[in-house]
Amino acid sequence: MSEISQAQPDYNYKVVRQFTIMTIVWGIIGMGLGVFIAAQLFAPMLNFDTPWLTFSRLRPLHTNAVIFAFGGCALFATSYYIVQRTCQVRLFSDKLAAFTFWGWQAVIVLAVITLPMGLTSTKEYAELEWPIDILLALVWVAYIINFFGTLVIRKVSHIYVANWFLGAFMLTVAILHIGNSMAIPVSFTKSYSLYAGAVDAMMQWWYGHNAVGFFLTAGFLGMMYYFVPKQAGRPVYSYRLSIVHFWALISLYIWAGPHHLHYTALPDWTQSLGMVMSIILFVPSWGGMINGIMTLSGAWHKLRTDPVLRFLIVSLSFYGMSTFEGPMMAIKTVNALSHYTDWTIGHVHSGALGWVAMVSIGSIYHLIPVLFGQRAMYSTKLVNVHFWFATIGVVLYIVAMWMSGVLQGLMWRAVNADGTLTYSFVESLEASKPFYVVRFIGGCFVVAGMLVMAYNTWKTVRAPKGSIAADPATQPA
Amino acid sequence: MSMFWTIWISVITLGLIIGCYFLLRWCLSNKTGVAEGESMGHEFDGIEELNNQLPRWWTIMFYMTIVWGFLYLALYPGLGSYEGILGWKSSNQNIQSLEESAQARIDAKEQGYIVEYDRELDFAAEKFDPIFEAYAQVPVEELAKDPEANKVGQRLFLQNCSQCHGSDARGQNGGFPNLTDNDWLYGSSGAKIVETLTLGRKAAMPAWLDAMGEDGIEEVVNYVLSLSGRDVDPQLAEAGKARFAVCAACHGMDGKGNQALGAPNLTDNIWLYGGSHRAVTETLTYGRNGVMPSFKKTLGDDKIHVVAAYVYSLSND
Repeated sequence: MSEISQAQPDYNYKVVRQFTIMTIVWGIIGMGLGVFIAAQLFAPMLNFDTPWLTFSRLRPLHTNAVIFAFGGCALFATSYYIVQRTCQVRLFSDKLAAFTFWGWQAVIVLAVITLPMGLTSTKEYAELEWPIDILLALVWVAYIINFFGTLVIRKVSHIYVANWFLGAFMLTVAILHIGNSMAIPVSFTKSYSLYAGAVDAMMQWWYGHNAVGFFLTAGFLGMMYYFVPKQAGRPVYSYRLSIVHFWALISLYIWAGPHHLHYTALPDWTQSLGMVMSIILFVPSWGGMINGIMTLSGAWHKLRTDPVLRFLIVSLSFYGMSTFEGPMMAIKTVNALSHYTDWTIGHVHSGALGWVAMVSIGSIYHLIPVLFGQRAMYSTKLVNVHFWFATIGVVLYIVAMWMSGVLQGLMWRAVNADGTLTYSFVESLEASKPFYVVRFIGGCFVVAGMLVMAYNTWKTVRAPKGSIAADPATQPA
Repeated sequence: MSMFWTIWISVITLGLIIGCYFLLRWCLSNKTGVAEGESMGHEFDGIEELNNQLPRWWTIMFYMTIVWGFLYLALYPGLGSYEGILGWKSSNQNIQSLEESAQARIDAKEQGYIVEYDRELDFAAEKFDPIFEAYAQVPVEELAKDPEANKVGQRLFLQNCSQCHGSDARGQNGGFPNLTDNDWLYGSSGAKIVETLTLGRKAAMPAWLDAMGEDGIEEVVNYVLSLSGRDVDPQLAEAGKARFAVCAACHGMDGKGNQALGAPNLTDNIWLYGGSHRAVTETLTYGRNGVMPSFKKTLGDDKIHVVAAYVYSLSND
C-alpha cells in the first residue's frame, strides 16, 4: 500500500508489544493445558491422584487461559494498535495502558493460582472469585476509558468500523461481567451468586453466550476489519454491509443465551426467544465473513504466497462455518441430539481454534515485524509451517468431536423394542475413546504450531533492528 | 406473568426484529452520496472502504429468517404469556410434585394443549406398557427362566442398578452386595426381591465403640473372624464370644444372621465392607448404614417385577 501518512504520530507501541508477547506465552500455556486434560479423558491416570491436577480443576483454568489470557491479550494488543493507527493519535493515557497490562496479567496469575486450588464461583467462564472479579472490573473500566478517550481525541473525522466492534465488545463485556458476577461474599475466597435457580442459570448463559458473542466474536471482528484489508492491501468490500451487520449482530447476539438451556426448567417462552434470535443472528454473522473474504477481491493470488493472509482468510472460513453450525444447534430439535455431547465441544473449538486463534495468530504475525522494527518475520517458511500445523490440528479436533458427539447423541437416545435404553452411559464413553485420542493428536498439532511461532518470534525480536529483509511474497502491494 | 411484562417482552422482541428489517432496507438503498462500487472517501491508516451493494443471496436469507421469526413467534410461546397458535408446551412447567404432574397431564389434555413431554410419555406407555404388563402376570421365579425377559431385565439393571452393584452384578466393596452369590441379606424369594426394590432398604449396624471400648471390640473382632474359620488369637476370641451376646440379638447366637432384619450371616466369609481385621474393626467401631434406594417411582411395579426376575436368575439358575 502506498505510504499515505507522512509523519506518523508517536504511537504507544510499548503496551502493544507487551500484550503481543504475552498472547503467545499464554497461548502456549492455555492450549498446552487443553492438550493435557484432553489426554486425561482417555488416560485418567494422568491426574496422578493429585487434586490440583484433576480435570475438574484444570478445565476451568484451560478455558480461562485460552479465552481471557490468550484471547484477551490478543484483543488488548490489537485494539490498542488499531485505535492508535486508525485515529492517527497516541493512546489517551500511557499510565492507564500500563495499568491495564499489569492488572490483566495479575488477574491471570491469580487465576492460575486459585483455580487449581479449587477456589471457584462455579459459574462457567466466570469461575474467578469475587476479589479477582473486582480487580478485573477495574482493569476493564481503565481499558474502556483509554480506548474511548483515544477515540475522542482522534485526528480523523470518521470512526473506523474496526473501532465500532471493539467499542461494542468492551462496553458489553463490562455489563456482562458485572451483571453475572454479582455475588454475596462469605469470606475472602468464597461467595454465593446473587441469583437463584433458573434465574441464575439464565444469567450464567446470558453471560456465557455473550462472552462468545462479544469477547470472542465482536472483538475479533474488530481485529479482522483492520488486519485483513491491511494484509491484503485492498479496500474493505462494503461499507454498507458493515453497518447492517454490525448493528444487527450486536443487537441480536445479546438474546441468544437461552439456547444453552433448551429443555430445562427455563420457561418455554424464553427458550423460544433464544432460538428465534439465534437463527436470525446467522445472517448478520455471515455479513462479517462476506465482508472479510470479499475484501480479497482482486488479490486472491496473494493467498498462494502469503501465509499470514492465509491464516486470516482460513479463520474467516471457520468463522462462517461455526456461525452456521451455532444457529443450527440452537434449533430445539437439533439441540435435543447435540446437547451435552462432544458436538458442543467441537463447535466451541471450531470457533475458538479455527476463528479466534487463527485470526489472532495472523494479526500477530502482521504486528511483530512492525512492533520490533523489522520488515518481515524471521522466517516466512516457519509461518507457513505454523499455518499447516494449526489447520491440520483444528480439522482433526473438530471432526473427531463431531463424530464422537453425534455418536453419543444417537447412543443415548437409542431404545430397544421394549422401550429400555440400548446403551448404558459407560458404553457411549467407551465408544468415544478413539475420538478422544484423535482430538488429543489434533491438540498436539495446534500446540506444536504455537511453539514454532514462539521460536520465530524469538528470532525476530532478537535480530538487530531492520536486519530482516522484506519477503517480497508477503509485502502488501 | 403480568400483562405489563408480556407487553414489555413483545414490544422489545418485535421491535428488534422489525428494526432489523428497516436497517436492512435502509442499507439496501444507497443513501451515502457515493456511487456504488466507489470508495467512501474515508481513509484509515491506508484502509479505504468501498460502497458496494449488499449481496443479493444474503439479503434474501435475511428476509427469510425475519419472516420465519414472525411465524415461529406466532405459532409457539415466545412473547411473554402469549401461548402461541399451536398450544405447544415442552412440559407442564409449573408443577412441583408427581401428584400435580398427573393432574396437569389430564388438565392439559382437556384444554387441548400439545405437551411434548406428555406426548412422549403417552407414546411410550402405549407402546411398551403392554410388554411389561404381560411380564407382570408371570411369577418372578418363573419369569427368571424366560431368556427374553432376562434380557429386558438386564438392560434395566444396567441403566438403574449397575452404578452400585456393577455391570456384572457382583457388587463392590463398601456395602454394595454381590447379587450372584446366593447369599441374601433380606431373603431370596421373588416376593422379597420385589419388596427390596420397591421399598428400598436401610441397614442399621450400630457403632459399638462407646459400649465395648477398643479392647472389647478387638475381642469381638477375633471371635467374629473365627466364625468363618480364620486364624485368630484363641484367648481374645474366647473373651469375644462372651461379648457376642449383644450381637446375637440380630446376627443370631450362631452368627448366621437374620434375613427379617437384614443382619448378614457372619460365618460364610462373604463380607459387605471387607473381611480384613481392620475392616471388621471399623465396622464394629463406627457401625454401618447401607442404603438401597426405593425404585418404585423410577421404574414402577411392572418394571421392578422384570428386574427382580433378572436378579433372581443370577443366583438361582
